[in-house]
Amino acid sequence: MSFLLRFQRRDRKSAKAASDRLQTLLAHDRSGITPGKIDALKEDMIIVISKHFAIEPGGVSIELSRERDQQKLIADIPLVSLRKRRR
Amino acid sequence: MAAEILTITSGKGGVGKTTATANLGVALASKGKKVVCIDADIGLRNLDVVMGLENRIVYDLVDVVEGRCRLRQAMIKDKRLQDLYLIPAAQTRDKTAVSPQDMVTLTNELRDEFDWILIDSPAGIERGFRNALAPADMVVIVTNPEVSAVRDADRIIGIIEAEEKGPGKLLLNRMKPEMIERGDMLSTDDILDVLAIDLIGIIPEDESVIVASNRGIPVALETKTLAGKAYNNIALRLLGNEVPFEILQYKDGFMHKLSRLVRLGGTR
Repeated sequence: MSFLLRFQRRDRKSAKAASDRLQTLLAHDRSGITPGKIDALKEDMIIVISKHFAIEPGGVSIELSRERDQQKLIADIPLVSLRKRRR
Repeated sequence: MAAEILTITSGKGGVGKTTATANLGVALASKGKKVVCIDADIGLRNLDVVMGLENRIVYDLVDVVEGRCRLRQAMIKDKRLQDLYLIPAAQTRDKTAVSPQDMVTLTNELRDEFDWILIDSPAGIERGFRNALAPADMVVIVTNPEVSAVRDADRIIGIIEAEEKGPGKLLLNRMKPEMIERGDMLSTDDILDVLAIDLIGIIPEDESVIVASNRGIPVALETKTLAGKAYNNIALRLLGNEVPFEILQYKDGFMHKLSRLVRLGGTR
């Protein structure tokens, strides 16, 4: 909670927050895909992909996005080996 | 004469549909057009109050639909503008007292006599909204620069397109230039980017709107006020004129800053 408050104080541009929230909200509203469904998909994907590659499960993100009229699912899946090499 | 039927809606309540209807009615009538405003918010009528005609109601929309009076008897003539009329909603009934087909029939009867038929839709996406949408040739969606209001506007735009009444035009209401300038309010571009529809006008937050509604004198009658001028510009755009979109401006301390928050020209 204190972390959240600090974040709010630092990021005073609430219009940016509104705009970001709106984009996410509308992506979900328009597609009828709930955030819960995305979470379920994410868990399944982690299981399936882990069978083939070593990934960082905590770093996986799946987001709904829109480009013009095209709705997209964008998955970001960090691989373990790549991260270690960077360090 | 074949009237253009314009429905004013929003999804979310309290964003200024009724105020917009009254003011667009006034602005169009002041430009020599013959206008009738219909309050489709049955059970919660308010357009009469905003137009300052509440003391003259005898019959209402439901009386017409149920055959207790002729259409003409329910039409209240405005005191200030020669060619402005109101058909009030019933206060004691609910939305089911009127059907979408009733609205089509009723507006068809009015079409030959008027240039513009403005319908004030109730909030929501239920029967009352469907009633207001059914006869529409054109839809204006009113929204505020808030996440909840823009979200509802998006939902409404979707329904309008599904009903082949689209794409609709956006009226941005209660914009506060100084808040937008300091990054604490969604800007015109922020909203147009997500909704991707054409803009019909921008109404700045203006105390004279409240003063006007206190008195029952729509602000569009006072063309010196910011909001009054903005409503008159929308009327001009509805009549096919190219009017640049308002530049929202604000005073910042000693300096009078101008902020270009909206695009000129309206190419969207």
